[in-house]
Amino acid sequence: MRNGIRRNQALFDPPWARAGILLAVAVFVTLFLVVPLALVFWQALEKGFGEYFAAIADPATLAAVRLTLIAAGVAVPLNLVFGVAAAWAVAKFEFRGKGFLITLIDLPFSVSPVMSGLIFVLLFGAQGWFGPWLAAHDIKVIFAVPGIVLATVFVTFPFVARELIPLMQAQGKDEEEAALTLGASGWQSFWRVTLPNAKWGLLYGVLLCNARAMGEFGAVSVVSGHIRGLTNTMPLHVEILYNEYNFAGAFAVASLLALLAVVTLVAKKAVEWKYAAELKAAKGREGGQ
Amino acid sequence: MSIEVRNISKKFGGFAVINDVSFTAGTGELLALLGPSGSGKTTLLRVIAGLETADAGAVLFHGEDATDAGVRERRVGFVFQHYALFRHMTVFENVAFGLKVRPRKVRPAKAEIAEKVGQLLRLVQLERFAGHFPSQLSGGQRQRVALARALAVEPKVLLLDEPFGALDAKVRRDLRQWLRRLHDELHITSVFVTHDQEEALEVADRVVVMNNGGIEQEGTPDEIYHRPASPFMYEFLGNVNLFHGRVEDGNLHVGALALPVPPDASAGWRNACAYIRPHQFGLSRQRKGSNQFRARVESINQAGPVARLMLVTEWASTLNVEVPNAEFLALALARGEDVFVEPRELKVFPSGGTGGA
Repeated sequence: MRNGIRRNQALFDPPWARAGILLAVAVFVTLFLVVPLALVFWQALEKGFGEYFAAIADPATLAAVRLTLIAAGVAVPLNLVFGVAAAWAVAKFEFRGKGFLITLIDLPFSVSPVMSGLIFVLLFGAQGWFGPWLAAHDIKVIFAVPGIVLATVFVTFPFVARELIPLMQAQGKDEEEAALTLGASGWQSFWRVTLPNAKWGLLYGVLLCNARAMGEFGAVSVVSGHIRGLTNTMPLHVEILYNEYNFAGAFAVASLLALLAVVTLVAKKAVEWKYAAELKAAKGREGGQ
Repeated sequence: MSIEVRNISKKFGGFAVINDVSFTAGTGELLALLGPSGSGKTTLLRVIAGLETADAGAVLFHGEDATDAGVRERRVGFVFQHYALFRHMTVFENVAFGLKVRPRKVRPAKAEIAEKVGQLLRLVQLERFAGHFPSQLSGGQRQRVALARALAVEPKVLLLDEPFGALDAKVRRDLRQWLRRLHDELHITSVFVTHDQEEALEVADRVVVMNNGGIEQEGTPDEIYHRPASPFMYEFLGNVNLFHGRVEDGNLHVGALALPVPPDASAGWRNACAYIRPHQFGLSRQRKGSNQFRARVESINQAGPVARLMLVTEWASTLNVEVPNAEFLALALARGEDVFVEPRELKVFPSGGTGGA
């Protein structure tokens, strides 16, 4: 009878159970998420800010940052365009082979990243299918920037499409049809109706795509060749520094990646929050039917 | 602007959804396409709008063939069953959409668009909601926004797909009377699809009843209600009593009762069924003629303008009968008492679905 209000005991677990579950969650989160993250920053800053900034200002590190930005800068826009196009086609049109297309989109998710890297080596490597032709034309793909970009594009291929397809399917094509009857062209209907309706899902997909593009290790590792200052991305650079027992340098670069993860999560949370409100609005629309 | 549908057929995956349908909606007419779900009426409406293409047949607007014209060229106003309002736009932006997407040469100036949208919102009584988003409106309000949006582009014809299907009974009734008044004001040729016979008969100038992809009957609401042309029509319009029996010597024999069958039509019939509406019976306490049969009063419901009785006949089938309250009071019937029933009007069809009488 606390506060004069009788609580329905049946709806609540006993206090010890609730406390126990909360504690378990807290311990788990601390042990596996908070402590490692804190440790990364702590290790990076162990020898002071001077060492930290010196490690980051190292030319090889800066080159790795630059290459990661290039790979993500190519992969994200490409997969943004591709993802929107694929989701649009799958969600708004009926055609043969639609199921096959959806399976294909999922392929990079189901294949091990190392495998994805090997595929590109088989295709573009010196002994690969296009190897002789590429060599004859003096084009380097494997162990060079194009290979890294290709591998990144492949691995991050599904993020935007996967995010948009269920959203667009749920929204149906009524609004596009309405736009057509009102005299809009297909192009106008896409820009004014389809895209604005999907914008939060799109942003969310882009964030995830970007995080993966910058953090990808396996596939990129296979095609990169680990040439310092030339074909090292940030995750690869961390590994090299670590293997050289340069812990301060390794953790300094790792801290940048961790920072990226934190920023992505905060941004994702913000988008989710906004997106949930809109989804609810969209649901409310259906609820009123 | 008249709409003519000529021999339209459409299949979905080998299944004929519309089967050689033709009808015409005259200029300024409000026509209802009425039918049970799956009768092909919505598909037909979408074919008229150009949202679906027919496998065969033609659609003509004012005598001009529009079969190959795209949705945009047809200039139809289409109101979707679930409104299909643009969820990320305000009411104002929704209504203005059709004007804003016009090519620059024919696009009205901003002030003109605002003026026009204002007028339309006044017409649908939603001026105060211009800045609201669709999710903030009730179903009836959304439907009116959808209508205003469709009217904004000054369509030549207006097509409405189950316009009131998603609304509750009271709003439905208000809104359909309002639609009728609006139509009388605007006189725009309109076709609306509905599965609700009451709605079709109340609102439309003319009704086309569809069943299994074909037209079952067409006519004014009066004709449809008073002269249903087939057993399907009786059953679809609902609230009717059905008598199955044998045909012999020009009479339909149901139990002890012999109902006269129109002689010209009954030749060759062996089994037939008769449809009698609940108000088409006469009741009396004493036997007055040979055309009566005895029945027992099973239940009485006086809540309404007429008294509704459930009777059980001598051959043990139940019967719904309606008599005016005054007549019922004069009879002073009680549950369990016997009463003599006389069918005043009936319609007989041969059994086995071989067609009308």
